[in-house]
Amino acid sequence: MEFSSTRFAEVIVATPVGRVDHTNAEKLHAALAPLIGRSDGLADDLVLDFGRVEYISSVGLRVLMMAAKQARACHSRIAVARLQPVVGEIFAISRFNHVLDVFPSVREALADMSAAALAAFDNEQKPGTR
Amino acid sequence: MKGIRFWGTRGSLPVALTAVDVRAKIVSALRGASGRRFASPAELDAYVDRLGISVAGTYGGHSSCVEIRTGGSEHVLCDLGSGVRPFGQAAMARHGLSPQTYHVFMSHVHWDHIMGLPFFAPAYIPGNRVVIYGGHAELERALRRQQEEPSFPVPFSTFRADISFVHLEPDRAHDVAGMSVTLKLQRHAGDSYGYRFESQGRSVVYSTDSEHTLTDLADMQSFVEFFRDADLVVFDAMYSLAEAISVKADWGHSSNVIGVELCQRAGVRHLCLFHHEPSYSDEAIDGALADARRYEEITRSGRPLLVSSAYDGMEIVL
Repeated sequence: MEFSSTRFAEVIVATPVGRVDHTNAEKLHAALAPLIGRSDGLADDLVLDFGRVEYISSVGLRVLMMAAKQARACHSRIAVARLQPVVGEIFAISRFNHVLDVFPSVREALADMSAAALAAFDNEQKPGTR
Repeated sequence: MKGIRFWGTRGSLPVALTAVDVRAKIVSALRGASGRRFASPAELDAYVDRLGISVAGTYGGHSSCVEIRTGGSEHVLCDLGSGVRPFGQAAMARHGLSPQTYHVFMSHVHWDHIMGLPFFAPAYIPGNRVVIYGGHAELERALRRQQEEPSFPVPFSTFRADISFVHLEPDRAHDVAGMSVTLKLQRHAGDSYGYRFESQGRSVVYSTDSEHTLTDLADMQSFVEFFRDADLVVFDAMYSLAEAISVKADWGHSSNVIGVELCQRAGVRHLCLFHHEPSYSDEAIDGALADARRYEEITRSGRPLLVSSAYDGMEIVL
C-alpha cells in the first residue's frame, strides 16, 4: 500500500493506494497517526481519498474507526471520499457507511468541511480530475 | 460424522414470533399468490418453497443447542440452551426409555447456554448417561446453581440419569464418541471455548460467543489455524462489523464479515452464521446472510465459500 498527502488550507487530503488488509493495515495506521495525533492535542480535518483503494478488510476498517475516534477527541473530522464500487459495497455491508462520513468526491468532502480548503482545492485542481 | 442439526440458534435470549409477525408473513404470502392458480398440492408447495424463510418460515428463537450427528449410537450436543428441550423431546419420542448416552460440549456457562438443562427430559430418565464436557472449572457448579431455590423449583439432584462432568484441557485432541475433539480458548466475558470435531475425514468447528478484536493479528491467525480446511464452521455472527468493534466492542461477539474473512483465509468449505441477535427479525437475519454472501463473492480469491445462516431445525449433511 502506498500513501501520500496534500494540504488544502486547514484540511489534509490523504491518498492511500492499493489493498488494505491484515498484512498491511498497520502501514495505514502508521501513515495516519502523525496526521491526527499532534502533540498540541489539536488536529486538522482529514479527507481520505479512496479513489485508488481496491479493497479494505475488517482490520483496515478498524484502523479508520480508531482514527475517526482519535480525530473526534481532537475536535477534528475525518471523511472518506471516492469509494470504488467494491469498497463502497464493503462499507455498506460492514455498516461503516454509518460510522464515517462518505462523499462521492474529494471536492464534495472539502465543501462540507471548509470553504478555504475548497477554494484551495479548486485553485489547484484541473476540473474533473479528482 | 454425518452432519449437524440446529435445535437453537438465537443468541443471548430465546425469542418467539408474535401474532403481528405471523400476520405479516401470511399477508406477504397471500399478496404474492394474488392472481395465481395452484393446480395441485405440489404447485402450492413449490410456491411456498420460493417464498424464502422470512415469509414461509422463521429462523426460530431457541438459544444455542447444536447436535453433531456422528453416525454412531451415542448423541453429541454443543451447549444446553433452550433448544435442548425440543431435542430431548425428539430423543424421547425416538428412543423411549431405552438407555441412551448424551455427550454435551459446553462453550461456556452463560445463562442462554445452560438454561435448557432443567427441561431436558432424558436427564430425568434412569439408565441414561449424560456426560458434560468443558474447559471451565466452575461448569458443574454453574449447572447445579441454576436449579437452586429461589431460581428454580426442581433441584439438580432430581435428575435420575447418570450425569457426570469432564474437564477438558484446551489445545489438544480428546477422543469422545469416536471423534477427535479439540478446544480453543475464545475471547468472551468469563471465557468461552470453541470446539473442533473431526472424524472419518470430516471436520466441524463450533465457535460461538467469540470476539475477534482485530488488534491481535496473532490471535486471529490462531483462529485461522483452528478453522483450517474445516468442512463446516458454525460462527458467532451476532452483530454487524461496525457494531462489533465500536458500540458493542468487548461484548464478546463477532460479525458476518469477520466470519467470511477468517473462513476464506482458512480454506473452510461452509460457513454457517449463528447466535443471531435476539432483536433481529427474520428479514434482518436474511439481510445479514445476503451481506455475508456478497462479501464472500467480492473478496473471493480461491474456491468459493458456501455461506448459510442457521435456523432452528436446519440440518447440514457433511
